[in-house]
Amino acid sequence: MERRVNYENDLNLMATEPRSGLPGCGDDEPQRKTNPSIRNNKRTVPEISEVSSSESNSSITMSGSDDQDSPPPAKEQVVGWPPIRSNRKNCLQSSKRNEVEGMGMYVKVSVDGAPYLRKIDLKVYGGYPQLLKALENMFKLTIGAYSKREGYNGSDNAPTYEDKDGDWMLVGDVPWE
Amino acid sequence: MPRRLASSLSDEVLEHVFSFIQSDKDRNVVSAVCKSWYEIERWCRRKIFVGNCYAVSPKMVIRRFPQVRSIELKGKPHFADFNLVPDGWGGYVLQWITEMAGAYPWLDEIRLKRMVVTDESLELIAKSFKDFKVLVLASCEGFSTDGLAAIAASCKNLRELDLRESEVDDSSVHWLSHFPETYTSMVSLNISCLGSGEVSFSALERLVSRCPNLRSLKLNRAVPLDKTANILRLAPQLVEFSTCTYSAELRSDVFSNLAGAFSNCKELRSLSGFWDVVPDYLPAIYSVCSRLTSLNLSYATIQSPDLIKLASHCPSLQHLLVLDYTEDSGLEALASNSKDLQELRVFPSDPFDAEPNASLTEQGLVAVSLGCPKLQSVLYFCRRMSNAALVTIAQNRPNLTRFRLCIIEPKTADYLTGEPFGVGFGAIVEHCKDLIRLSLSGLLTDCVFEYIGKYAKKLEMLSVAFAGDSDLGLHHVLSGCESLRKLEIRDCPFGDKALLTNAAKLETMRSLWMSSCSVSFEACKLLSQKMPRLNVEVIDERGPPDSRPENYTVDKLYIYRSVAGPRFDMPPFVWTKDEDLALRLSP
Repeated sequence: MERRVNYENDLNLMATEPRSGLPGCGDDEPQRKTNPSIRNNKRTVPEISEVSSSESNSSITMSGSDDQDSPPPAKEQVVGWPPIRSNRKNCLQSSKRNEVEGMGMYVKVSVDGAPYLRKIDLKVYGGYPQLLKALENMFKLTIGAYSKREGYNGSDNAPTYEDKDGDWMLVGDVPWE
Repeated sequence: MPRRLASSLSDEVLEHVFSFIQSDKDRNVVSAVCKSWYEIERWCRRKIFVGNCYAVSPKMVIRRFPQVRSIELKGKPHFADFNLVPDGWGGYVLQWITEMAGAYPWLDEIRLKRMVVTDESLELIAKSFKDFKVLVLASCEGFSTDGLAAIAASCKNLRELDLRESEVDDSSVHWLSHFPETYTSMVSLNISCLGSGEVSFSALERLVSRCPNLRSLKLNRAVPLDKTANILRLAPQLVEFSTCTYSAELRSDVFSNLAGAFSNCKELRSLSGFWDVVPDYLPAIYSVCSRLTSLNLSYATIQSPDLIKLASHCPSLQHLLVLDYTEDSGLEALASNSKDLQELRVFPSDPFDAEPNASLTEQGLVAVSLGCPKLQSVLYFCRRMSNAALVTIAQNRPNLTRFRLCIIEPKTADYLTGEPFGVGFGAIVEHCKDLIRLSLSGLLTDCVFEYIGKYAKKLEMLSVAFAGDSDLGLHHVLSGCESLRKLEIRDCPFGDKALLTNAAKLETMRSLWMSSCSVSFEACKLLSQKMPRLNVEVIDERGPPDSRPENYTVDKLYIYRSVAGPRFDMPPFVWTKDEDLALRLSP
């Protein structure tokens, strides 16, 4: 669903003449703002956002059989919003850089049907089996055993990731390193 | 008070009595009793707080209070923290320092917030005040390590040097080494804002080792982890400590050294820092956790399970700052473990991402408000909220005094009903009768302002963004909130009518900020003419407001009461009603 916010246009939805009346006014006709907080569709990557850092080009997604959506439109950055001080913003951004540069390799993981994404640090795991186990624990699902010939046979869930070329690849084919 | 009685007490006795009266409000009341009390009081006032450095001139302060020892000044408006105030707007402290250097040789405390402080100012402080003890520069800018070196070299009795959240330029001077070897008085040192080049670790170690009264030490990020243990062993008496970077991979020797050092610190009550902390290092602080009253993990990118484990060791927590990685589950654990919690701040780890990256919702805040009976102060960033949750919070925590909610996406509605948040925030102001600070967010009509005007009688500071439908909203607040001192508004359809109708109210407040609203320059001029003791500043970098079309609304507006008249340091992009440009000297 379209999530763009056009706050400049929305300012005068209600009548502007002064109203006298008891509190409880005005909200009788609630504004049905479409702002779903729970996504049903698979998240697509990479995110198109000019302000978040680029670590999202590595991302693991559990794909079922759905088609991918088109990526959400770029978010306009409003000056001074959300109200976070510069030093905190800078810290967040440099933490993200550190994540990419090797202090910890955090990647985003999304699962079909789950309302929230999670982040995991790839560096913590020694190899694919541990990674898959961790994902199984985190999302309470089974992935099954990997085999070169048949991929993941044990379940409906298959771990995939998007590589540098933007292609969706099955996790496990490429050596861990 | 009958004149006979007032004059029968000698001045010395009165002065002695007044010395027990510390609060500014009480002192002001005392000085208004009669002329002789005014005179006695003004000679013995030692501490001055100026909430807006342009509300009064240094000369006026000095004239009335000739023997001040401690001064606190605030400069830029709060929204400067979020880059809404252009550089060069003002807030220069030099004029104040210059005047006080001559008038107050015994000044020993200077506390500044959001001011522009130059090296010249710091050098003047170092030179002028022989017994200087306390320098706090909060969110200040304009100075370098050169200025710090001057302070370090000259202020033999310096007790407190706190640079919290200031921007300091690196002049490559090893300023810490400028503290002489004979200097031993440091009690509180906060250099957490400094960059990597600006602190020599060996100088720091030597300083810490010779200051036995050091109680509070906040290091900067760049100090490496293995050095933390050294510092702690040199200062086991610390009460407050901010760690440096923790991000190295776990090494058992470093870990046990660190754990041992922490276990020596029996007085430690407050911990912060933890930048990039690796969760495996957290158990090193377990030995102090049971005594901790304040924990700032808002720079720590650790996940909920580690946070839950940590929180379970900290039953005495009163203040907690975290990132949204804590998730609802982390806050639920907090609610069951930390019954003394008074203040909670939850910051977003990924504020510019459209999608939530952590499972933090309104549920976490509800859990804490239900579980922590002493909760008074909340700052909460989240992506969804409901009126029902706000009502629950309000009913369960009527003792809230500060409630700042930031629903990250502007104009987000109640996720359950699609409604605006009038009912929810209305409940907050109705039940929390001692509420002094409130920040609104989410979808809001004029309705919420009607509630605020009706109920929020003790409210002193209100922050509003992307809210309201018409001038009526602003009018409700200005006409209803009796205790209002600071009002800051952005991106709301508030305009001329509400402002002009409530002009007199503005003189009872410290300041009003409005940006991206609907106020015309004409109204600003009119207001300015009507109210000579208000400074009405139009901040607009687009050019002279007079030359713009009729329906033009000002970009930013800052109105504050002042007995000092128009200021002389306005930059070219600040416009007032004064036609006489000769009055305006460029900085």
